[in-house]
Amino acid sequence: MKTFNYHSAKDVKEASKLASSNSAFLAGGMTTIPSMKLGLASYKDIIDIKRIKKLSGIKVSGKKVTIGATTKHSEVASSKDVKKAIPSLAALAEGIGDPQVRNRGTIGGSIANNDPAADYPSACIALNATIHTNNRSIVAEKFFTGMFETCLKSNEVIEAIEFSIPEKSSYQKLPNPASRYAIIGVYVAKHKTGINVGVTGAKSCVYNDKDLAGALTKNFSSSAIDNVKISSSGMNSDIHASSDYRANMVKAFAKKAVDAC
Amino acid sequence: MKKIAIEVNGKKVSKEIQDHTTLSGLLRDILNLTGTHIGCDTSQCGACVVHVDGKSIKSCTALAADLDGSKVTTIEGLASNGKLHPMQEAFKKMHGLQCGFCTPGMVMSAVDLLKNKKNPSDQEIRDWLEGNICRCTGYHNIVAAVKEAASKM
Repeated sequence: MKTFNYHSAKDVKEASKLASSNSAFLAGGMTTIPSMKLGLASYKDIIDIKRIKKLSGIKVSGKKVTIGATTKHSEVASSKDVKKAIPSLAALAEGIGDPQVRNRGTIGGSIANNDPAADYPSACIALNATIHTNNRSIVAEKFFTGMFETCLKSNEVIEAIEFSIPEKSSYQKLPNPASRYAIIGVYVAKHKTGINVGVTGAKSCVYNDKDLAGALTKNFSSSAIDNVKISSSGMNSDIHASSDYRANMVKAFAKKAVDAC
Repeated sequence: MKKIAIEVNGKKVSKEIQDHTTLSGLLRDILNLTGTHIGCDTSQCGACVVHVDGKSIKSCTALAADLDGSKVTTIEGLASNGKLHPMQEAFKKMHGLQCGFCTPGMVMSAVDLLKNKKNPSDQEIRDWLEGNICRCTGYHNIVAAVKEAASKM
Protein backbone atom coordinates (compact mmCIF):
# COMPACT_ATOMS: atom_id res chain seq x y z
CA MET A 1 0.00 0.00 0.00
CA LYS A 2 1.36 3.41 -0.94
CA THR A 3 1.74 5.68 2.01
CA PHE A 4 -0.51 8.61 2.83
CA ASN A 5 -0.99 11.13 5.59
CA TYR A 6 -3.40 9.80 8.18
CA HIS A 7 -5.61 12.31 9.98
CA SER A 8 -8.18 11.58 12.65
CA ALA A 9 -10.74 14.36 12.45
CA LYS A 10 -12.27 15.55 15.71
CA ASP A 11 -15.39 16.93 14.08
CA VAL A 12 -17.10 17.16 10.72
CA LYS A 13 -15.87 20.69 10.14
CA GLU A 14 -12.26 19.61 10.50
CA ALA A 15 -12.82 16.57 8.28
CA SER A 16 -14.32 18.69 5.56
CA LYS A 17 -11.54 21.26 5.81
CA LEU A 18 -8.84 18.61 5.43
CA ALA A 19 -10.46 17.17 2.30
CA SER A 20 -9.11 17.78 -1.18
CA SER A 21 -9.39 16.20 -4.62
CA ASN A 22 -6.63 13.81 -3.48
CA SER A 23 -8.13 12.62 -0.20
CA ALA A 24 -10.63 10.08 1.05
CA PHE A 25 -12.71 9.90 4.17
CA LEU A 26 -12.15 6.70 6.11
CA ALA A 27 -14.89 5.04 8.10
CA GLY A 28 -14.72 1.20 8.36
CA GLY A 29 -12.20 1.03 5.53
CA MET A 30 -13.64 -2.25 4.28
CA THR A 31 -13.39 -1.07 0.66
CA THR A 32 -10.95 1.83 0.87
CA ILE A 33 -8.08 -0.12 2.43
CA PRO A 34 -8.22 -3.18 0.12
CA SER A 35 -8.60 -0.80 -2.86
CA MET A 36 -5.44 1.03 -1.84
CA LYS A 37 -3.59 -2.25 -1.32
CA LEU A 38 -4.60 -3.48 -4.76
CA GLY A 39 -3.44 -0.24 -6.36
CA LEU A 40 -6.97 0.63 -7.47
CA ALA A 41 -6.88 3.83 -5.45
CA SER A 42 -4.29 6.03 -3.85
CA TYR A 43 -4.68 9.19 -1.82
CA LYS A 44 -2.42 11.83 -0.37
CA ASP A 45 -4.60 12.18 2.71
CA ILE A 46 -6.81 9.72 4.55
CA ILE A 47 -9.22 11.47 6.85
CA ASP A 48 -10.59 9.16 9.52
CA ILE A 49 -14.08 10.15 10.66
CA LYS A 50 -14.66 7.24 13.05
CA ARG A 51 -13.92 9.20 16.19
CA ILE A 52 -16.54 11.86 15.46
CA LYS A 53 -19.15 10.80 18.01
CA LYS A 54 -22.17 12.47 16.46
CA LEU A 55 -21.79 10.43 13.26
CA SER A 56 -22.66 7.18 15.01
CA GLY A 57 -25.92 5.92 16.44
CA ILE A 58 -29.48 4.88 15.69
CA LYS A 59 -32.58 6.94 16.37
CA VAL A 60 -36.21 6.03 15.78
CA SER A 61 -38.78 8.78 15.92
CA GLY A 62 -42.29 8.71 14.50
CA LYS A 63 -42.12 7.28 11.02
CA LYS A 64 -38.36 7.59 10.56
CA VAL A 65 -35.28 5.59 11.41
CA THR A 66 -32.13 7.69 11.32
CA ILE A 67 -28.76 5.95 11.27
CA GLY A 68 -25.49 7.80 11.73
CA ALA A 69 -22.98 7.44 8.90
CA THR A 70 -20.32 5.57 10.89
CA THR A 71 -22.77 3.14 12.49
CA LYS A 72 -21.46 -0.35 11.88
CA HIS A 73 -23.38 -3.08 10.07
CA SER A 74 -23.28 -5.24 13.22
CA GLU A 75 -24.91 -2.40 15.20
CA VAL A 76 -27.74 -2.06 12.68
CA ALA A 77 -28.16 -5.84 12.52
CA SER A 78 -28.47 -6.20 16.28
CA SER A 79 -30.40 -3.01 17.03
CA LYS A 80 -33.69 -3.75 18.79
CA ASP A 81 -35.06 -0.45 17.48
CA VAL A 82 -34.25 -1.24 13.85
CA LYS A 83 -35.52 -4.81 14.21
CA LYS A 84 -38.81 -3.47 15.49
CA ALA A 85 -39.24 -0.54 13.08
CA ILE A 86 -37.82 -2.00 9.85
CA PRO A 87 -36.92 -5.68 10.37
CA SER A 88 -35.89 -6.04 6.72
CA LEU A 89 -33.18 -3.41 7.21
CA ALA A 90 -31.69 -5.23 10.19
CA ALA A 91 -31.78 -8.46 8.17
CA LEU A 92 -30.02 -6.74 5.26
CA ALA A 93 -27.24 -5.58 7.58
CA GLU A 94 -26.89 -9.12 8.99
CA GLY A 95 -26.30 -10.42 5.47
CA ILE A 96 -23.43 -8.11 4.53
CA GLY A 97 -20.02 -9.76 4.12
CA ASP A 98 -19.02 -11.70 7.23
CA PRO A 99 -19.01 -11.00 10.99
CA GLN A 100 -15.62 -9.24 10.95
CA VAL A 101 -16.63 -7.04 8.04
CA ARG A 102 -19.86 -6.22 9.85
CA ASN A 103 -17.84 -5.29 12.96
CA ARG A 104 -15.98 -2.61 10.96
CA GLY A 105 -17.96 -1.67 7.87
CA THR A 106 -20.33 1.29 8.07
CA ILE A 107 -23.55 2.31 6.40
CA GLY A 108 -22.17 5.69 5.31
CA GLY A 109 -19.12 4.05 3.80
CA SER A 110 -21.26 1.58 1.92
CA ILE A 111 -23.48 4.18 0.29
CA ALA A 112 -20.65 6.65 -0.38
CA ASN A 113 -18.81 3.89 -2.23
CA ASN A 114 -21.98 2.91 -4.15
CA ASP A 115 -20.66 -0.45 -5.25
CA PRO A 116 -23.10 -1.73 -7.89
CA ALA A 117 -23.44 -4.94 -5.86
CA ALA A 118 -23.70 -3.40 -2.38
CA ASP A 119 -26.81 -4.04 -0.28
CA TYR A 120 -27.50 -0.71 1.43
CA PRO A 121 -28.11 1.38 -1.71
CA SER A 122 -31.20 -0.73 -2.45
CA ALA A 123 -32.48 -0.01 1.06
CA CYS A 124 -32.02 3.72 0.49
CA ILE A 125 -34.09 3.52 -2.70
CA ALA A 126 -36.80 1.26 -1.27
CA LEU A 127 -37.15 3.10 2.03
CA ASN A 128 -37.29 6.63 0.55
CA ALA A 129 -34.08 7.54 2.33
CA THR A 130 -32.78 11.05 2.71
CA ILE A 131 -29.01 11.32 2.96
CA HIS A 132 -27.98 14.15 5.26
CA THR A 133 -24.53 15.63 4.69
CA ASN A 134 -22.74 18.54 6.30
CA ASN A 135 -24.09 20.74 3.47
CA ARG A 136 -27.48 19.45 2.40
CA SER A 137 -30.09 16.72 2.39
CA ILE A 138 -30.30 14.53 -0.68
CA VAL A 139 -33.04 12.07 -1.65
CA ALA A 140 -31.72 8.60 -2.47
CA GLU A 141 -32.82 8.60 -6.11
CA LYS A 142 -30.67 11.68 -6.73
CA PHE A 143 -27.78 10.53 -4.53
CA PHE A 144 -26.70 7.46 -6.51
CA THR A 145 -25.53 8.70 -9.91
CA GLY A 146 -23.62 5.78 -11.48
CA MET A 147 -21.17 2.95 -10.99
CA PHE A 148 -19.23 3.78 -7.79
CA GLU A 149 -20.51 7.35 -8.25
CA THR A 150 -22.61 9.57 -6.05
CA CYS A 151 -23.40 13.27 -6.12
CA LEU A 152 -21.14 13.86 -3.08
CA LYS A 153 -18.52 16.59 -3.37
CA SER A 154 -14.99 15.81 -2.23
CA ASN A 155 -15.36 17.82 1.00
CA GLU A 156 -18.88 16.62 1.73
CA VAL A 157 -19.34 14.26 4.67
CA ILE A 158 -22.38 12.02 5.07
CA GLU A 159 -23.72 12.55 8.58
CA ALA A 160 -26.79 10.34 8.69
CA ILE A 161 -29.24 8.37 6.60
CA GLU A 162 -32.92 8.80 7.35
CA PHE A 163 -35.21 5.95 6.31
CA SER A 164 -39.01 6.03 6.13
CA ILE A 165 -40.64 3.17 8.02
CA PRO A 166 -42.74 1.26 5.49
CA GLU A 167 -45.99 -0.62 6.09
CA LYS A 168 -44.19 -3.77 5.03
CA SER A 169 -40.95 -4.63 3.34
CA SER A 170 -38.46 -7.35 2.53
CA TYR A 171 -34.98 -7.57 1.06
CA GLN A 172 -34.04 -10.75 -0.74
CA LYS A 173 -30.71 -11.38 -2.36
CA LEU A 174 -28.85 -13.95 -4.32
CA PRO A 175 -25.44 -13.61 -2.72
CA ASN A 176 -22.17 -14.33 -4.40
CA PRO A 177 -21.14 -17.49 -2.51
CA ALA A 178 -17.65 -16.14 -1.81
CA SER A 179 -18.04 -12.44 -1.10
CA ARG A 180 -21.71 -12.25 -0.10
CA TYR A 181 -22.07 -9.23 -2.36
CA ALA A 182 -25.39 -9.30 -4.20
CA ILE A 183 -25.40 -10.95 -7.60
CA ILE A 184 -28.97 -9.70 -7.39
CA GLY A 185 -30.71 -8.01 -4.50
CA VAL A 186 -34.32 -6.83 -4.53
CA TYR A 187 -35.77 -4.63 -1.79
CA VAL A 188 -39.54 -4.30 -1.91
CA ALA A 189 -41.16 -1.72 0.36
CA LYS A 190 -44.81 -0.77 0.58
CA HIS A 191 -45.36 2.72 1.92
CA LYS A 192 -48.66 4.57 2.34
CA THR A 193 -47.43 6.87 -0.41
CA GLY A 194 -46.43 4.13 -2.87
CA ILE A 195 -44.32 1.09 -3.56
CA ASN A 196 -40.59 1.00 -4.28
CA VAL A 197 -38.56 -1.86 -5.67
CA GLY A 198 -34.87 -1.14 -5.14
CA VAL A 199 -32.69 -3.40 -7.26
CA THR A 200 -28.96 -3.85 -6.70
CA GLY A 201 -26.39 -6.03 -8.45
CA ALA A 202 -28.29 -6.01 -11.72
CA LYS A 203 -26.97 -2.88 -13.43
CA SER A 204 -24.07 -0.47 -13.09
CA CYS A 205 -26.01 1.39 -10.41
CA VAL A 206 -28.88 0.67 -8.04
CA TYR A 207 -32.32 1.65 -9.40
CA ASN A 208 -36.01 1.71 -8.57
CA ASP A 209 -37.77 -0.73 -10.89
CA LYS A 210 -40.86 1.24 -11.89
CA ASP A 211 -42.42 -1.65 -13.86
CA LEU A 212 -42.33 -3.96 -10.85
CA ALA A 213 -43.51 -1.15 -8.58
CA GLY A 214 -46.36 -0.38 -10.99
CA ALA A 215 -47.54 -3.99 -11.12
CA LEU A 216 -47.38 -4.26 -7.32
CA THR A 217 -49.31 -1.01 -6.91
CA LYS A 218 -52.24 -2.58 -8.78
CA ASN A 219 -52.00 -5.86 -6.93
CA PHE A 220 -49.56 -6.45 -4.10
CA SER A 221 -48.91 -10.14 -4.65
CA SER A 222 -46.11 -12.15 -6.18
CA SER A 223 -48.42 -13.34 -8.97
CA ALA A 224 -48.75 -9.70 -10.10
CA ILE A 225 -45.06 -9.90 -11.07
CA ASP A 226 -45.55 -12.90 -13.38
CA ASN A 227 -46.51 -10.76 -16.36
CA VAL A 228 -43.87 -8.06 -15.88
CA LYS A 229 -41.20 -8.25 -18.55
CA ILE A 230 -37.71 -7.56 -17.22
CA SER A 231 -35.34 -6.64 -20.02
CA SER A 232 -31.75 -7.81 -19.74
CA SER A 233 -30.55 -4.81 -21.70
CA GLY A 234 -28.13 -2.78 -19.61
CA MET A 235 -27.74 -5.54 -17.06
CA ASN A 236 -24.33 -6.66 -15.84
CA SER A 237 -22.82 -9.77 -17.33
CA ASP A 238 -19.79 -11.38 -15.69
CA ILE A 239 -18.35 -14.71 -14.58
CA HIS A 240 -21.00 -14.97 -11.88
CA ALA A 241 -24.11 -14.42 -13.97
CA SER A 242 -25.11 -13.44 -17.52
CA SER A 243 -27.41 -10.48 -18.11
CA ASP A 244 -30.29 -12.80 -19.06
CA TYR A 245 -29.83 -14.75 -15.84
CA ARG A 246 -29.74 -11.55 -13.84
CA ALA A 247 -32.95 -10.32 -15.48
CA ASN A 248 -34.62 -13.59 -14.57
CA MET A 249 -33.31 -13.41 -11.00
CA VAL A 250 -34.62 -9.86 -10.55
CA LYS A 251 -38.07 -11.24 -11.19
CA ALA A 252 -37.58 -14.34 -9.06
CA PHE A 253 -36.22 -12.37 -6.11
CA ALA A 254 -38.86 -9.66 -6.42
CA LYS A 255 -41.46 -12.42 -6.05
CA LYS A 256 -39.60 -13.85 -3.09
CA ALA A 257 -39.48 -10.41 -1.48
CA VAL A 258 -43.21 -9.82 -1.95
CA ASP A 259 -44.02 -13.23 -0.49
CA ALA A 260 -41.79 -12.45 2.51
CA CYS A 261 -43.41 -9.06 3.15
CA MET B 1 4.84 8.80 11.31
CA LYS B 2 2.30 8.47 14.08
CA LYS B 3 2.74 7.64 17.72
CA ILE B 4 0.28 5.16 19.14
CA ALA B 5 -0.27 3.53 22.50
CA ILE B 6 -2.23 0.31 22.56
CA GLU B 7 -2.55 -2.74 24.74
CA VAL B 8 -1.64 -6.06 23.15
CA ASN B 9 -2.44 -9.24 25.07
CA GLY B 10 -2.51 -7.27 28.30
CA LYS B 11 0.80 -5.49 27.74
CA LYS B 12 1.00 -1.78 27.08
CA VAL B 13 2.82 -0.94 23.86
CA SER B 14 3.87 2.48 22.56
CA LYS B 15 5.30 2.67 19.07
CA GLU B 16 5.99 5.11 16.34
CA ILE B 17 4.53 3.74 13.13
CA GLN B 18 4.08 4.77 9.54
CA ASP B 19 0.67 6.22 8.69
CA HIS B 20 -0.19 3.30 6.41
CA THR B 21 0.89 0.53 8.81
CA THR B 22 -1.88 -2.00 9.24
CA LEU B 23 -2.64 -3.70 12.52
CA SER B 24 -1.44 -7.01 11.05
CA GLY B 25 1.80 -5.32 10.02
CA LEU B 26 2.28 -3.84 13.46
CA LEU B 27 1.67 -7.20 15.15
CA ARG B 28 3.87 -9.27 12.87
CA ASP B 29 6.67 -6.98 11.75
CA ILE B 30 7.07 -4.65 14.69
CA LEU B 31 5.90 -6.68 17.69
CA ASN B 32 7.03 -10.07 16.30
CA LEU B 33 3.66 -11.64 17.06
CA THR B 34 3.65 -13.84 13.98
CA GLY B 35 0.77 -16.04 15.09
CA THR B 36 -1.55 -13.64 13.27
CA HIS B 37 -1.29 -14.74 9.65
CA ILE B 38 -1.71 -12.76 6.46
CA GLY B 39 -3.38 -14.70 3.68
CA CYS B 40 -5.22 -12.61 1.12
CA ASP B 41 -4.31 -9.27 2.74
CA THR B 42 -7.62 -7.84 1.50
CA SER B 43 -10.04 -8.92 4.26
CA GLN B 44 -11.51 -11.97 2.59
CA CYS B 45 -9.69 -14.98 4.05
CA GLY B 46 -9.80 -14.28 7.79
CA ALA B 47 -6.34 -15.66 8.66
CA CYS B 48 -5.56 -12.32 10.32
CA VAL B 49 -8.56 -12.15 12.68
CA VAL B 50 -7.78 -10.66 16.09
CA HIS B 51 -9.94 -9.03 18.74
CA VAL B 52 -10.00 -5.26 19.13
CA ASP B 53 -11.86 -3.99 22.19
CA GLY B 54 -13.52 -7.38 22.49
CA LYS B 55 -14.72 -7.72 18.90
CA SER B 56 -13.23 -9.82 16.12
CA ILE B 57 -11.90 -7.88 13.15
CA LYS B 58 -9.59 -8.51 10.23
CA SER B 59 -6.30 -6.95 11.24
CA CYS B 60 -5.03 -6.63 7.66
CA THR B 61 -7.73 -4.08 6.98
CA ALA B 62 -7.41 -1.86 10.03
CA LEU B 63 -4.90 0.95 10.21
CA ALA B 64 -2.78 0.82 13.34
CA ALA B 65 -2.90 4.61 13.54
CA ASP B 66 -6.65 4.44 13.93
CA LEU B 67 -6.48 2.03 16.88
CA ASP B 68 -4.69 4.33 19.31
CA GLY B 69 -5.98 3.51 22.79
CA SER B 70 -7.44 0.12 21.83
CA LYS B 71 -7.06 -3.24 23.49
CA VAL B 72 -5.93 -5.98 21.12
CA THR B 73 -5.96 -9.73 21.73
CA THR B 74 -4.13 -12.01 19.33
CA ILE B 75 -3.84 -15.79 19.18
CA GLU B 76 -0.75 -15.49 21.41
CA GLY B 77 -2.95 -13.97 24.09
CA LEU B 78 -5.36 -16.90 24.46
CA ALA B 79 -3.29 -19.45 26.34
CA SER B 80 -2.68 -18.69 29.98
CA ASN B 81 0.14 -20.04 32.16
CA GLY B 82 1.16 -22.48 29.45
CA LYS B 83 -2.34 -23.95 29.25
CA LEU B 84 -4.14 -23.84 25.92
CA HIS B 85 -7.43 -21.98 25.68
CA PRO B 86 -10.40 -24.42 25.49
CA MET B 87 -10.90 -23.44 21.84
CA GLN B 88 -7.28 -24.28 21.01
CA GLU B 89 -7.59 -27.53 22.95
CA ALA B 90 -10.76 -28.41 21.01
CA PHE B 91 -9.12 -27.72 17.63
CA LYS B 92 -6.34 -30.10 18.65
CA LYS B 93 -8.67 -32.78 19.95
CA MET B 94 -11.07 -32.70 16.99
CA HIS B 95 -8.35 -32.37 14.33
CA GLY B 96 -9.73 -28.97 13.36
CA LEU B 97 -6.64 -28.14 11.37
CA GLN B 98 -4.38 -29.58 8.73
CA CYS B 99 -1.78 -27.11 7.48
CA GLY B 100 -2.68 -24.66 10.24
CA PHE B 101 -2.45 -21.49 8.20
CA CYS B 102 -6.06 -20.41 8.72
CA THR B 103 -6.18 -21.70 12.29
CA PRO B 104 -5.27 -18.56 14.26
CA GLY B 105 -8.04 -16.65 12.49
CA MET B 106 -10.50 -19.53 12.86
CA VAL B 107 -9.81 -19.78 16.57
CA MET B 108 -10.07 -16.02 17.19
CA SER B 109 -13.29 -15.81 15.20
CA ALA B 110 -14.78 -18.85 16.98
CA VAL B 111 -13.90 -17.43 20.42
CA ASP B 112 -15.81 -14.28 19.50
CA LEU B 113 -18.80 -16.39 18.42
CA LEU B 114 -18.97 -18.17 21.77
CA LYS B 115 -18.86 -14.84 23.60
CA ASN B 116 -22.20 -13.99 22.04
CA LYS B 117 -23.69 -17.44 21.63
CA LYS B 118 -22.97 -20.09 24.22
CA ASN B 119 -24.28 -23.10 22.32
CA PRO B 120 -24.34 -22.38 18.61
CA SER B 121 -25.85 -24.86 16.15
CA ASP B 122 -23.81 -26.27 13.26
CA GLN B 123 -25.49 -23.78 10.94
CA GLU B 124 -24.76 -20.85 13.24
CA ILE B 125 -21.10 -21.89 13.42
CA ARG B 126 -20.89 -22.20 9.64
CA ASP B 127 -22.59 -18.83 9.16
CA TRP B 128 -20.28 -17.16 11.65
CA LEU B 129 -17.14 -18.62 10.04
CA GLU B 130 -18.23 -17.18 6.69
CA GLY B 131 -15.21 -14.89 6.64
CA ASN B 132 -12.62 -17.57 7.48
CA ILE B 133 -11.39 -19.59 4.57
CA CYS B 134 -9.67 -22.97 4.99
CA ARG B 135 -8.05 -24.28 1.81
CA CYS B 136 -7.41 -27.72 3.27
CA THR B 137 -11.23 -27.94 3.31
CA GLY B 138 -11.20 -28.85 6.94
CA TYR B 139 -14.49 -27.16 7.73
CA HIS B 140 -16.23 -30.25 9.04
CA ASN B 141 -13.75 -30.79 11.85
CA ILE B 142 -13.53 -27.07 12.52
CA VAL B 143 -17.26 -27.00 13.19
CA ALA B 144 -16.86 -30.07 15.41
CA ALA B 145 -14.05 -28.31 17.28
CA VAL B 146 -16.15 -25.20 17.92
CA LYS B 147 -18.98 -27.41 19.23
CA GLU B 148 -16.55 -29.26 21.46
CA ALA B 149 -15.21 -25.97 22.81
CA ALA B 150 -18.75 -24.72 23.42
CA SER B 151 -19.43 -27.75 25.59
CA LYS B 152 -16.32 -27.02 27.68
CA MET B 153 -16.51 -23.24 28.03
